[in-house]
Amino acid sequence: MSEETKAPTPPPSGEPKDSAEKPNPPSVEPVPAKKPGDPAAPANPAAPGAPPKAAAPHAPAAPAKPTGPVPELWNSALVATLKRQYGSGIREANTYLGQNCMVVDPSLIPEFLQVLRDQEQFDYCVDVTAVHYPQREKQFDVIWILYSFARNERIRVKTMIADGEIVSSSVPIWPAANWLEREVYDMFGIRFEGHPDLKRILLPDGWKGHPLRKDYGIIQQDNEWVQINLGIESGQ
Amino acid sequence: MTDRSSPLELEQADKTFLDSNELIINMGPQHPATHGVLRVILKLDGEKVLGTECVIGYLHRGVEKIAENRTYTMFNPYVDRMDYVAAVSNGLGYCEAVEKLLNVEAPARAKYIRVILTELNRLASHMLWLGTHALDIGAITPLFYTFRDREEILKIFEKYCGARLTTHAFRIGGCQYETYEGFEEDVKKFLKFVTPKIDEYEELLTTNRIWVERTRGVGFLSAADCRALGVTGPVLRASGVKWDLRKAQPYAAYSDFDFEIPTGQNGDTYDRYIVRMQEMRQSLRIIEQAVGKIPDGPIMAKVPKVMKPPVGEIYHSIEAPKGELGYFIVSDGSTQPYRVRVRPPSFVNLQALDQMVRGQLVADVIAVIGTLDIVLGEVDR
Repeated sequence: MSEETKAPTPPPSGEPKDSAEKPNPPSVEPVPAKKPGDPAAPANPAAPGAPPKAAAPHAPAAPAKPTGPVPELWNSALVATLKRQYGSGIREANTYLGQNCMVVDPSLIPEFLQVLRDQEQFDYCVDVTAVHYPQREKQFDVIWILYSFARNERIRVKTMIADGEIVSSSVPIWPAANWLEREVYDMFGIRFEGHPDLKRILLPDGWKGHPLRKDYGIIQQDNEWVQINLGIESGQ
Repeated sequence: MTDRSSPLELEQADKTFLDSNELIINMGPQHPATHGVLRVILKLDGEKVLGTECVIGYLHRGVEKIAENRTYTMFNPYVDRMDYVAAVSNGLGYCEAVEKLLNVEAPARAKYIRVILTELNRLASHMLWLGTHALDIGAITPLFYTFRDREEILKIFEKYCGARLTTHAFRIGGCQYETYEGFEEDVKKFLKFVTPKIDEYEELLTTNRIWVERTRGVGFLSAADCRALGVTGPVLRASGVKWDLRKAQPYAAYSDFDFEIPTGQNGDTYDRYIVRMQEMRQSLRIIEQAVGKIPDGPIMAKVPKVMKPPVGEIYHSIEAPKGELGYFIVSDGSTQPYRVRVRPPSFVNLQALDQMVRGQLVADVIAVIGTLDIVLGEVDR
């Protein structure tokens, strides 16, 4: 049985490492939630992560502390083998809620994924996606979710890149990545080098901007369209 | 199309004495056999397909961006609008993913109700697939039969939660509604009703010569190709890979039930048909086991009214009727998800279309689109 199916409650072993990776809540759009039942939240034992106070926008590490699960170091034969091969190229390897994740240097990307497929049997590329953290210097996480039929195991490989930085495409390794990378390009504007046909996939070719970036406001887009096409001030 | 003048097609095309020039035509987006708004650009040599390109996005609603602007609870109904013929599965995947992130588990009773409804929905989805797929290929009768029987499932949904298609049946932490009076009897009655109906569909098609001729050997996809292209669900199983997330990484209450994973060997349209028909019977088996022994107890776990999952990320996937449906959710500790990524099975499976139809006939493209069982609401999101 894989790690995913267990429900681990790891002891808080206090690995404070991935603070760099923890998102500061984006201050792009004001959070409209008024928190109607806030006093009820801290009294509830099933809410380990619910902070008693409102989500303070600039204390990212604080809310998760008390009893919630904490990312732990991921120690396994797989990590040991890869670390021997790549050393500090593997920035970190951790387990959170039973799911394994490796953060690697972007320079390793095509080769590292190739090794995972050829030597470690991760033959199924489930998903390629990205997350935008505008406050960070390296703004984007690019994430490959991989699965191995032989091992019945799922891992995530993550790399951090700056805006405008180019990642190597994984299409030569898994043809499945073709449309997935196109979608990442469409939504985030991340370019994949060596992709056979990198163009927009879901949005029209003439679309401006990349909607899943945090600085892409939905209201502005809507207002602009309404002003041009309907001649009124605001659609909201 | 950019590669109008690329050199490969003349080598590949069988030269006929009439004309070996390629022809580029559009199929869709308004075409009944594309099951929605799918546009396929076909490069043809006579009747033979030299290559295809899918143009998608006509139904793009920006579900992932919407999620970032809603709370976890508010986003829940939106997922039903992706694969709208299997809305219950979508909801199950999302609710379970957020539950994992919150580190809560739905109570046993809720899990059983979830399994029953999800399997009913799988049946409904497969019935709709069968009816429309057969219609595309030229058999009109199965459509009336499957829609008649699917109606019974939708009636159960309607009685349970008031909605027929976009059900929003589940909540984060369990189910919103207790089963209604007579739910179990209704489901049992349905099981008795539908078993001979599936025999009836098979009688119409399985040995029907026209059906066999139109599907056997069409749209071949090998197991290796399936893996490389990330294809999952019945399409993968018809190529001989015995892999089903309900068995490989059980979720909800699936580990409690006894069922088989049907597989095919040939990886063609006919085998995919057989696999889905058998899956319908397996779903009935699961429902039969579940409905007799729904445990007592609460239907909701203790979840906070204002959900603020701890900072972290989760990927959770389920076996939707179309394949692996995954949710990758990143929490920043606030009430709204920082990022929600949906890994849609239809989107990834549709990528295989090109490989499946190259070298085949135009009419087979219709059969292959049908056999992939895509829903454009999920492809485009």
